[in-house]
Amino acid sequence: MTDPQASSRNAVHPGSAFWRMQGIGKRYGGVVALEDVDFACAPGAIHAILGENGAGKSTLIKIAAGVVQPSAGKLVLDGAEVTFATPQAANSQGTVCIFQELSLMPDLSVADNICMAEPPCRWGLIDHREQRRRAEALLSRVGCEDVHPLELVKNLPLSRRQMVEIAKALGRNPRMLILDEATSALTAADVEKVYEILRDLRRQGMAILYISHRMHEIEELADTCSVFRNGRHIETFAKGARSDNEIVQLMIGREYTQIYPAKPVRETRPVPELEVSKLSWSNRLSEISLSVGKGEIVGLGGLDGQGQRELLLALFGVLRGVSGEVKIDGNKVRLSSPRFAKSDEIGVALIPEDRKSEGLLLPMSVRDNISMASIGRFTRGIFIDRQRQNAEIDEMARRLSIKVGDIDDPVATLSGGNQQKVVIAKWLMTDARIVLLNDPTRGIDVGTKQEIYQLLRDLADAGTAILLYTTDYDELIGCCDRVSIMYDGRIVRELTGDAINEENIVASALNLTLDGQAETAKPAGEPL
Amino acid sequence: MKDLKLRLGQSQGVLLAILVFVLMFTLYIANHPAGLTVPVATTAANKAVLLALVAMAQTLPVLTGGLDLSVGMIFIMTNCVASSLVSGDPWQVAVGIVIVLLTGALAGFVNGAIVVYGRLQPIITTLATGAVYYGIALLLRPVPGGEVDEDLADIMTYTVFEVVPTSLVLLLAVVVIIWLPFRNSVIGRGCYAVGSAEGAAYMSGVSIDRSKLAAYTLSGLLAGVAGLMLTFITFSGEASAPIGGTYTLNSIAAVVIGGTSLYGGTGGAIGSIFGAFILRTIDDLLFVFDLPPLWQPLFQGVVLLVAVSLGAARVFRIRNRLELFK
Repeated sequence: MTDPQASSRNAVHPGSAFWRMQGIGKRYGGVVALEDVDFACAPGAIHAILGENGAGKSTLIKIAAGVVQPSAGKLVLDGAEVTFATPQAANSQGTVCIFQELSLMPDLSVADNICMAEPPCRWGLIDHREQRRRAEALLSRVGCEDVHPLELVKNLPLSRRQMVEIAKALGRNPRMLILDEATSALTAADVEKVYEILRDLRRQGMAILYISHRMHEIEELADTCSVFRNGRHIETFAKGARSDNEIVQLMIGREYTQIYPAKPVRETRPVPELEVSKLSWSNRLSEISLSVGKGEIVGLGGLDGQGQRELLLALFGVLRGVSGEVKIDGNKVRLSSPRFAKSDEIGVALIPEDRKSEGLLLPMSVRDNISMASIGRFTRGIFIDRQRQNAEIDEMARRLSIKVGDIDDPVATLSGGNQQKVVIAKWLMTDARIVLLNDPTRGIDVGTKQEIYQLLRDLADAGTAILLYTTDYDELIGCCDRVSIMYDGRIVRELTGDAINEENIVASALNLTLDGQAETAKPAGEPL
Repeated sequence: MKDLKLRLGQSQGVLLAILVFVLMFTLYIANHPAGLTVPVATTAANKAVLLALVAMAQTLPVLTGGLDLSVGMIFIMTNCVASSLVSGDPWQVAVGIVIVLLTGALAGFVNGAIVVYGRLQPIITTLATGAVYYGIALLLRPVPGGEVDEDLADIMTYTVFEVVPTSLVLLLAVVVIIWLPFRNSVIGRGCYAVGSAEGAAYMSGVSIDRSKLAAYTLSGLLAGVAGLMLTFITFSGEASAPIGGTYTLNSIAAVVIGGTSLYGGTGGAIGSIFGAFILRTIDDLLFVFDLPPLWQPLFQGVVLLVAVSLGAARVFRIRNRLELFK
C-alpha cells in the first residue's frame, strides 16, 4: 500500500531514501506527540526539520534514536523493518544522535567520553593509548586540538563540551547523524567548523537530520526541509522552494507578521535605572561601564563567552569579589546575594541561562515554580497565604499564556518554550525594576520567541529596565534600544539606532573597526 | 608534562590521603617503643587490612552514585560462614573458602539486583538486606564460636619471608587481581559513567544495569574476602551487630577520606585503602601517646571532618557562587 501523499512529500529524493518512517504515531497518555507521520531521509543530504516547540520534532528524533518507542507505525531501514529498543540498538544500525542535553559524563576525561560506547580493548581491558589516539584524531577533526584528551569534561567550557559531543558522535561512524540544536552553545568559529564538517560528511554520503531554530543556519546548510506542526508532518520541500515567510507560516500555521514589536522613538535618553561603572571581576570582567534606563531594553552582544554571562551574574549578586560601582535608581548598592538583589529595595531579576538547572525546580509544580521567587510577598504570619498567591499565579500564567494541562503538574512535563515562560513568570511575580536575561530564547520555537519579545517590550513600556544578553544577532537588532558589544571581558562598542545592524554587530564582536563605522557606532563609555 | 599535571590534578584526593597516612604512620613508628619492627608492622597491617577491604567494598557502590549499608553485615555473615566451613583437610578448606567468597558475592548480587531491577534506592535496599544478612549470621552463629584452619590462619596473619605482612600481600593481590582490571574494564568505566551522569551514560550506550550489578556483586565479594580475613585473625565467627555497624560506617568514612565523591563518578579503591589506613592509625597513635582509647571516636570524627573540609576547601577559591552548587 502506498500513500500518494507520502510519495509526493518525499518527492525531493525519490527512491533514494534508505531510512523511512511509515505511519509513525506516539502518544504520552492522552497527549498526541506525533500522528501518522511518514518521513524519509536520503543519504548524502542535509535534511532540516522545522517546527515550533511541541510540533513533534523531539519525539521524532527520539524515536529515530531509539530513546522512545513509537505507539504506532514502523521504521524501515534499507527496505527492512527495524525496531530500536535502546539508543545502543539505534547506534549499532548507524543512527547517532547529538542531543540538546549533552550526553557527556562530567567526571570522566574527554577521551573516556569520546570512546564511551565502544572503547578499544586489549586483553579485555580498555587500551588507553589507542583510546587517546582515537580521541585526538576525532578532536582534531572537529578543530578542537586545544582540548586535551585527559582533561575532565567538567573543566571544559560549554562550547568545547558541545564540540566534544560532536567528536563523540562522529566516532560512532554513523550513516545517519541527527543534530538537535547542536550549535546553540557554540562560538561563531566553532559553528563554521561544524558547517564545514557537515558539508564534508554530506559529500561522503551521510544522511544528516538537522534541527535548529536559527533560520540562517538552515539556509546555509540544508538541502531539504520538512516542516512539522502539532505532531504532523506538514510538508517537505527542497531548499529555496519556499520563502522564509512561507516557512514560518507553515510552522506556526498563521499569518506571519512582524516578529519584533516596534521600538519606541525617544528624543532624550531615559533616566538611568541601573548604572554600572568600572565593574571588574577576576580576569573575566574588566572596567565595565554601562547604564540601562527606565523603560529601555539594552542588549549585550558579542561572541559567546566574552564575559556577558559573568556580567549578569555580577549584577545579580552571584559573584564574589566584584570591584567597581553599581547604582540602582541613583543609589549606590553592593549586590551581595541573589536574595538581596531580588529584594524590594533593589528589585533585580535574572532569567538564567540554563532553565533546567538554574531556572526551574523540575519535579515541582508549575504553581510552586512561579511563586518560588516571590513567596515572601504572600505570607500571613509564618504561613503562606495560598488563596492570594494562587490568584496571582493564575493571573500570571494567563498573562504569559503558559500552556499547561493543570497548573499543579510538574514543570518538567512542559515543553521548552513553556518552561521558559514559567521562569519568566516567576521573576515577573517579584515586580522587579530591573530584569536581566541570559539568552532567554535559546532552543525555543518562533511563536514563543515572538511572545517573549512582545512581553519584554511591554515590560519596558511599563518602566522596567531590561538588560538582555542574546547569542542571536537578529534579537539584538530587533529588540534592543541600545546594544553593548563585549569582547574579552570589556565592552568594546555601544550601538544605537540604525547603527544596530548585523555588519556592525559582527565587526564589533570580532573587535574590528569597519570603515565609515566610526560616526554611527561610538566607542563605549562616551556619553551620547 | 601537561599529561602529568592533569593526572596529578585528577588524583589529588588519593595523593593527599597517602601523604597524610605516611605522616601519621611515621609519627606512630617514631614514638613506638620498639620502632618499626616486623611484629609491629604485622599487627598494624592485620587490623588495617580488614577495614581497607571493607572500604574497597564500599567504594564500588559509591562510585555508581549509591551507598551500601550492608557491607559490614556481609563482612559479619561471611565471617560466620567461614568459621563453619574453612577447616578440615586442605580440600575442604579450599572449597570452604570458595563458598565463603561466593556467599559474599551472592549477597552483593542480591543488593545489586534489587537496586537495578527493583529500582529501589540503594540506601534503603542495603539497610534492609543488611538486616537480613545479619539475621542469617545470627542463625549460623547464635553464640560466638566455630573454628578455622589454624595453619592457614597463621600463614595469613604473619609474614611472607618474615618481612612483609601476609595481609598486605593479600590486599595488594586483591588490588592487582580485582580492582585494577575492573577499573580498566568496560564495565568498570561504566560504573564511573553511571555515577557521573546516569542519563548521559544511558544515551552513550553504557550498559547501566550490568555496570551496577557488577559493582554491587564485586562489593559483596570484597566484603567476603574481608570476612574471611577476620576469621583468620579471630580464629572464630561472631554475629556481632556492633562490629558490622562500625565497619559499615567506618568504610563510608574511609571512602570519603580517600577522595571518592559520595555523589559518585570520581575516586577509586586505592584512595579508600589509604582512608582506612588513616582511620586505623588513629587508634595506634592514641596508644603510643598513652591516651585512653575512649578518645578514639572523638579523634576519628575530627579526622573525618578535616578530610571532608579539605575536600570542601575549594569553596574558598570559588568566586562564582553558582559553582558551589555543582
